[in-house]
Amino acid sequence: MRHHRVLRIISKLLIPFIMLFALYVQFHGDFGPGGGFQAGVIMASAFILYGLIFGLENARKVAPPAVVTKLVAAGVLIYAGTGYMGLFKGANFLDYGALSKDPVAGQHLGIMIIEFGVGTTVAAAMITIFFLFAGRDR
Amino acid sequence: MIITLIDIALLTFMGATALAILRLRSLFAVVMLSGIYSLLAASMFVALDAVDVAFTEAAVGAGISTVLMIAVLALTGERERAPSHTMWLPMAVVVLTGAALIYATFDMPAFGAANAPVNLHVAPRYLNESFAEVGLPNVVTSVLASYRGYDTLGEVTVIFTAAVAVMLLIGGRKGDDAGIKNEPADDAVDDADSDGNGDTA
Repeated sequence: MRHHRVLRIISKLLIPFIMLFALYVQFHGDFGPGGGFQAGVIMASAFILYGLIFGLENARKVAPPAVVTKLVAAGVLIYAGTGYMGLFKGANFLDYGALSKDPVAGQHLGIMIIEFGVGTTVAAAMITIFFLFAGRDR
Repeated sequence: MIITLIDIALLTFMGATALAILRLRSLFAVVMLSGIYSLLAASMFVALDAVDVAFTEAAVGAGISTVLMIAVLALTGERERAPSHTMWLPMAVVVLTGAALIYATFDMPAFGAANAPVNLHVAPRYLNESFAEVGLPNVVTSVLASYRGYDTLGEVTVIFTAAVAVMLLIGGRKGDDAGIKNEPADDAVDDADSDGNGDTA
């Protein structure tokens, strides 16, 4: 793809907006359609587009596989850890109402945190799977 | 009226795409058509007012899985071999199953009927109480993340497991360039090793 100038320039222009849209979907999922799953996939697609256009080596420099694989697990841990926070505060597992004095504010906070965990795991898992498939020789 | 026309048009396009996928032998065209099929399915979900599902279908089905399938195509051939057996037995099984499923829909309540069991069980409670209990305008997010938070934790664990399984299956060998480890010093030695075994050929 090194010689496709149009593809390179257009994707360079698009990638920041794809990432911004992913963040919007991530943090606006409480109010409109969207959430961690969709945001994670959109964020991953920004990295995958970069990898397709600028080569896998450059993409691995931007998103080092050692870091990305740890993020796959980190998202699940953020989610489960939020669940245990409820236990430590004396409520049920995954009862976010206990995270704040006001149960509704606690619910909102808990949902934000677990959606972030979902997004982290989904994005990292998709990037990892793409790296593995694309990096494999025939 | 206009919704019915849109539904009919979308279903026709989906049927045509499925038939084309069945008949084509070029796998690249099949991957592209399955992406189009996902996009049509996403449009169908929008017509059914399931915007969150449509969003996921468009992002995952039409986006990521198309890219992953193209990445897989780079590893396999570009053409499907002609089948060695006739299609009649599988065709009969598929037609019979489809006919049974269509027959089963005659007993189902009309789509969106207010007295359908699915709309009488927990749905009224979610719709009426969730804003006071969780405080989010998007009830889908309230159900997904709070009421059914345990299920969603399971779903995230499934995605985690999928990534781990792919790593173990195709990224686990040392010396494979696709390996998740990025240690240049080891790579040179291991590459020589795997060439000796004929692994990378």
